[in-house]
Amino acid sequence: MNSSRCAACKHLRRRCPSDCIFSPYFPSNNPRRFAYVHKIYGASNVGKILQDLPVNCRAEAANSLYYEAYCRIKDPVYGCVGMISILHQQIYNAQCQLARIQAEIAALNTQSQQNEPQQYQHEHLGNTSAPIILPDQNGGSNSTSFYDLSTWFD
Amino acid sequence: MASSSSYNPPCAACKFLRRKCMRGCIFAPYFPPEEPQKFANVHKIFGASNVAKLLNELLPHQRDDAVNSLAYEAEARVRDPVYGCVSAISFLQRQVERLQKELDAANDLIRFACNEFPAVGMQPTAAPQAVMVAEQRPVELNGRIGNERGGGRFYQTPGVPFPYSNDIYNPNGGGLMDGSN
Repeated sequence: MNSSRCAACKHLRRRCPSDCIFSPYFPSNNPRRFAYVHKIYGASNVGKILQDLPVNCRAEAANSLYYEAYCRIKDPVYGCVGMISILHQQIYNAQCQLARIQAEIAALNTQSQQNEPQQYQHEHLGNTSAPIILPDQNGGSNSTSFYDLSTWFD
Repeated sequence: MASSSSYNPPCAACKFLRRKCMRGCIFAPYFPPEEPQKFANVHKIFGASNVAKLLNELLPHQRDDAVNSLAYEAEARVRDPVYGCVSAISFLQRQVERLQKELDAANDLIRFACNEFPAVGMQPTAAPQAVMVAEQRPVELNGRIGNERGGGRFYQTPGVPFPYSNDIYNPNGGGLMDGSN
């Protein structure tokens, strides 16, 4: 029966019971997955987290724990918080660039209205006098994330 | 009566663990007694010994940021035991994707306007920015958000691909797209 041990029980060098909390989420063909999670959280903490969740949520929890552990191993100082920081910066850069392009388009609109007797039309717009319209930017500035990151980015 | 001038209250970690806070305690600089919940969360999710190991592997000047990021992740996990702070990453990824689409649409419009009406950019009275638009390539966010192959839907930091873009759950060698499994 040794060959049917999950990655966790193999790593912990113990027998894998039939109701092992780890086995559905840490299969034996992916030993690194449990190794990472164990290194960062410890087997007992992972077991407790999974145990406290309904069964239908445990797969996603195991995935997210693995992802966070992976990020922490790659970046021991910031972990996946570093990625959040990068994404915030990307969003800020994108919003700046979008604002710049919108300003350029507005300038083009103004110029075309001044210099052309007729409005140029976008192929998707039926109205000959309609200016170029960008889709509304939902949320405007950085939308509120789920957690308060303000102290982190001060 | 013994002098108490050199008394240092135990740090939040040693208070929580009910042990004497020795001089040189690894936790003391980062878990002050005024913030007991910080260590409580970190201990619940990571465990004291794992945190101590992590801190010992870092240089002293890195530990403060490391503890803060661990505290953030721990609090996120306490609030959302299923996704932790990965839900925030997912949310931000979607925002980045949405902005990329808007930028693409805006770039298409600029290209269309420049191609259809090149004279607009060449009028003597044209604003300088119109000429610049006709000449310069449309701006794109860092070349492209997503992987170099152009197919990625989500931003991928080097070496840390996000597993939630396509294959949500594939424990059999899946989970991460970098083939590291």
